[in-house]
Amino acid sequence: MSRIARRFAKLKAEGRAGLVTFLTAGDPDAATGRELLLGLPAAGADLIELGMPFTDPMADGPAIQLAAQRALKAGATMAGTLDQVRAFRETDADTPIILMGYYNPIYAMGPEAFVAAAAEAGVDGLIVVDLPPEEADELLTPLRRAGLDFIFLTAPTTDEARLPAVLARASGFVYYVSITGVTGTASASQEAIAGAVDRLRRQTGLPLAVGFGIRTAEQAAAVATVADAAVVGSALVQKLAAGLDAEGRARPGAVDAVLALVRDLAAGVRGARR
Amino acid sequence: MQPPPNTYRAGPDERGHFGIYGGRYVAETLMPLILEVERAWRAAQADPAFADELTHYLTHYVGRPSPLWHARRLTEAFGGARVYLKREDLNHTGAHKINNCMGQILLARRMGKRRIIAETGAGQHGVATATVCALFGLPCTIYMGATDIERQAPNVYRMKLLGAEVAPVTSGAATLKDAMNEALRDWVSNVADTYYLIGTTAGPHPYPAMVRDLQSVIGREVRRQIVEQEGRLPDSLVACIGGGSNALGLFHPFLDDKEVRIVGVEAAGHGIATGAHAASLTAGRPGVLHGNRTYLLQDVEGQIAEAHSISAGLDYPGIGPEHAWLRDVGRVEYVSVTDDEALEAFQQCTRLEGIIPALESSHAIAHAGRLAATLPADHLMVVNLSGRGDKDVATVAKALGDSL
Repeated sequence: MSRIARRFAKLKAEGRAGLVTFLTAGDPDAATGRELLLGLPAAGADLIELGMPFTDPMADGPAIQLAAQRALKAGATMAGTLDQVRAFRETDADTPIILMGYYNPIYAMGPEAFVAAAAEAGVDGLIVVDLPPEEADELLTPLRRAGLDFIFLTAPTTDEARLPAVLARASGFVYYVSITGVTGTASASQEAIAGAVDRLRRQTGLPLAVGFGIRTAEQAAAVATVADAAVVGSALVQKLAAGLDAEGRARPGAVDAVLALVRDLAAGVRGARR
Repeated sequence: MQPPPNTYRAGPDERGHFGIYGGRYVAETLMPLILEVERAWRAAQADPAFADELTHYLTHYVGRPSPLWHARRLTEAFGGARVYLKREDLNHTGAHKINNCMGQILLARRMGKRRIIAETGAGQHGVATATVCALFGLPCTIYMGATDIERQAPNVYRMKLLGAEVAPVTSGAATLKDAMNEALRDWVSNVADTYYLIGTTAGPHPYPAMVRDLQSVIGREVRRQIVEQEGRLPDSLVACIGGGSNALGLFHPFLDDKEVRIVGVEAAGHGIATGAHAASLTAGRPGVLHGNRTYLLQDVEGQIAEAHSISAGLDYPGIGPEHAWLRDVGRVEYVSVTDDEALEAFQQCTRLEGIIPALESSHAIAHAGRLAATLPADHLMVVNLSGRGDKDVATVAKALGDSL
């Protein structure tokens, strides 16, 4: 059983949904990024999404765009991102890490070489925003061989005709993008989310995570009443950005402020009635 | 080495691939929209009424066919091949861009879309988009890098006069590639009513094929016009390449005429060796950006590099996927021309022919001069004069050290 499957089984046994946190690897610099990453499980993150910085993040709003720019400016590389995962695995063998990003940095390294390095570092799954099922096979083949999961996104625009083709290739969990938009902008209504989760549940037995537009403990708790996990990204990235000085360096307390928000979100998710 | 295909004109395949290039690398939210555009485009292509409507507007509004001009004095100066200029600069709005915009705006209307978005670098595609939106009374938002807005002020004002909203893009490097990112972000946020009018043979399928088909009117006219004037097909074709739409428009109808030599000219900026250029095919390598796989300027990590060219219209770190394929299969030769060489050709064409070419087109003229000098007088060469150079007058004056 994969680390992701074990984690969702554990959440199910505890009768609750999980919190998935997103931060960009190496934001604002490698040392701070690493400190944040290591602090996430104790603060209540059940699964961790780690962004692979890219110059042209087409599906992201301003907060995550700026995070990627800060990380790249500070010298972030794919090897550096994988180093962070390796360091994390020295102290945590249970919390799944999903790398999230865009295809070109993976393609530049070579899908086979990337998958081998990611598996060795302790990565459990991938979300590649600009790799729809139609184009995914060259990455999926080595990924499956290595036993890693590919988490597909479904969106409000994914119609009934298309959904089976997306779900057929999905493993690990299914990520429902709850709005038509980029990260960190609008939020969906609870009613719309519940309806979409219902629709997905009829078509897949995989766990369902809901993301985009979830910013507060209350919103996360509401999502946790219907989905298997709530994903929070831009709100955490913005909290981190607020703790940086004019040169983009972390001021004292920046890391703690982000982890405090994670604790708050985790309390919301854990307190939600299913 | 694979044997050459029976035809170079069959692509793309049904999922939008030209060999390993092209495809649909977009977020799931956009996939259904892109599939909808593809269905609508196929239906329009099969509908004679669409062709009639497009021909009507191209003839009576755009001013097609554009002339094929025998450039006697340039021919003389080059001292070799007989050079013809395809006068896309004489189209309404002053460039080939309107051929594509007219086709896509008619498609957007058929699809019932109520709002248009587009990206622009130099502003030529933005002006052409704003023009067709004014003609049909549709609101439009043009995304343009803040850096480009500053250096292309007259085109920004033209777009505003035409009623467009020009949205400055400050993310990333604030140039064309970032404007395209921002247009894609807008589209993903306004899926119900918005049509994304891409300006070149790039982006996710079906755009590269659709824009090529709409621009192929250039090459079809050249076939007819050169036969009328010379009684035979040309021996060579030369066009500049940014994203590659004017070039494919000229080249595509000739790809299977194996005796026709075809040359695409990229922008070498300050010189390939300096790193400050826009020559993706000459100095880039395959990658994935803006919905398709193609040659890209990028670093070893796969981070996208900034392009440089004196011509804002060529200043893009990628290239249309069909060009990437045509390069790999060897059907089209790709070369490059520096800023200085293009400036020289700009002045030469202006003085000798009384035609002020766009700096983009000046790259094609510069290479045509080099090539023509090596060829006999009975060699027929057609150069795509893709746009007029009035927009570049300030840039040229600055580069030459003149004040306006």
